Amino acid sequence: MYTLPSKLKLFAIIFMVVGAIGIISGFLTAPSTTAEVKEMMAGHHEEGHGEDHDTATMHDVTAGSATAGDHGDTAHDSEEAHLEHTLHQMQNRPWSALYIASFFFFMIALGTLAFYAIQYAAQAGWSPVLFRVMEGITAYLPIASVIIFVLLLLSAFHVNHIFHWMDPELVNPESEHYDKLIAGKSGWLNVPFFLIRAAIYVLGWNLYRYISRRNSLRDDTAEDNRWFKKNFKLSAGFLVFFIVTESMMSWDWIMSFDPHWFSTLFGWYVFAGMMVCAITVIAMVTIVLKSQGYLEFVNDSHIHDLAKFMFAFSIFWTYLWFSQFMLIWYANIPEEVTYFVTRIEDYNLPFFGMLVMNFIFPVLLLMNSDYKRVNWFVILTGIVILLGHYVDVFNMVMPATVGTSWYIGLPEIGSILFFFGLFVWVVFTALTKAPLLAKRNPFIKESKHFHY
Amino acid sequence: MASKVIHAIYTDDDILMQAVKQVRGERYHIEEVYTPFPVHGLDKAMGLAPTRIAITSFMYGLVGLSVAIVMMNYIMIQDWPQDIGGKPSFSYIENMPAFVPIMFEMTVFFAAHLMVITFYMRSKLWPFKKAENPDVRTTDDHFLMAIDAGHHDVEKLSKFLYDTGALEISLIENDEDH
Repeated sequence: MYTLPSKLKLFAIIFMVVGAIGIISGFLTAPSTTAEVKEMMAGHHEEGHGEDHDTATMHDVTAGSATAGDHGDTAHDSEEAHLEHTLHQMQNRPWSALYIASFFFFMIALGTLAFYAIQYAAQAGWSPVLFRVMEGITAYLPIASVIIFVLLLLSAFHVNHIFHWMDPELVNPESEHYDKLIAGKSGWLNVPFFLIRAAIYVLGWNLYRYISRRNSLRDDTAEDNRWFKKNFKLSAGFLVFFIVTESMMSWDWIMSFDPHWFSTLFGWYVFAGMMVCAITVIAMVTIVLKSQGYLEFVNDSHIHDLAKFMFAFSIFWTYLWFSQFMLIWYANIPEEVTYFVTRIEDYNLPFFGMLVMNFIFPVLLLMNSDYKRVNWFVILTGIVILLGHYVDVFNMVMPATVGTSWYIGLPEIGSILFFFGLFVWVVFTALTKAPLLAKRNPFIKESKHFHY
Repeated sequence: MASKVIHAIYTDDDILMQAVKQVRGERYHIEEVYTPFPVHGLDKAMGLAPTRIAITSFMYGLVGLSVAIVMMNYIMIQDWPQDIGGKPSFSYIENMPAFVPIMFEMTVFFAAHLMVITFYMRSKLWPFKKAENPDVRTTDDHFLMAIDAGHHDVEKLSKFLYDTGALEISLIENDEDH
């Protein structure tokens, strides 16, 4: 049995408190009127003139076609509109920061659940000694689901405006803000259906997590392999459900931030990022527990296998990232390419920086077979991979919600710290609830003696 | 100089593994082991140095990547920077996404093929090479361990090998140089 070190509890609480302060200060410092935006921009003007100018031209491009003819008359209006635009971006920022961090930790838990189901369905012989670690990590899923569902509800009730398409004006043909493209998609992108879908995904995943964990615990005291067989069938079924709902979830929860844009391999792309993060976290938690002497049967070969998965899924993620980017870049169709134009122009460093963190770094560090067994190498690479994938989610969400007004400051870091603290708290508390070795799993003996 | 080698034949890979460990334990020198299939852990038991072929492969991959970059930079950017369908041929980096598939394939091509050729050269394999099989049964279901008998008492060594489970033991006198 694992006992929660009291220091770890304190560590998690400190992170949560510091993070909460960051989140709250993010909300408090967000401007509420255009006058405040003007003031903030005036303060900014001396430091960042270039950036400011970019924002202005960007805005002209978006509003350009309508105002091109009578630009002289509408010069003042356009400035006011620009301030209004920036105001919305700044108001979105703390919400987006909160959403990104909560989604990031949510996807770690969900990815771990998918990996766990794959291990069951594939009847893997190496991983059963890690099942309890994975179950511990997925214990964060119910909490993450509630948080993210609440955030979606807040958007649906217009407490925040990070989901642009939820604005009813956009689908109202009478309104001056009527958007024909979004109106055309309203069969899918409408608030009630959106929430119903979200509820179905979340319930389905949590149901699997609940039943598989229960079966896994029952298996410890069972007389036969009944519970293992049940879990095997359940996992196979869950994986089918998962890949469909995960794909739809990525359209709903991420891609709909850019409701004018679409990409067919987006679901896979989000999935790949999810799996890398999940496997990385499994490896890191395993190493931490092992170093404290709790995982008697975990050896270098298990770590080696996890590191191989980290390595391979990093490449898989890059493959999907590049496939999506290169296809759109090559064909350069205006309606698709704006997605990358805004990211390359306004998010240049995060956009290309994440490639270094998510691809080049892990590929070079984890290519060598010996390095995959060196625990601190795995931890170091893991930290870079996790930060890189945070930036990945940041790049998917921020350009659509805050545009050029982005910055990695208090609200972003505060949100990460808060959810990190919460994650550590929940996961390590869950690890104390059951023995760290699944006793009667049919593959447990093979897994104990696994060596590569 | 004539050299004496003892050939011990086994019919089971587990017994072979045990025998290899015992022979090494007695400090006899194993010249070679012939097996019909890869025996997992045999190299470790024999104390063979780990292969460095993966390292060569990595370096060949870097060569391939460089070849691809230099080639396409010269052809597409330096030599004749034509406008082909609006692709930006002003610098390599601007048009790089279009080159990545070739860069990738060249890296894999060089890494794979040069590594295979390295393997052939290092293990001295080529067409029309005379097979070095001391006993035809070793490609089917027998395992053969060749032990240097040079300075040892052949009787004693044979007895020892027999005890390790060898089915046939024969002394081979070789006139050729090694």
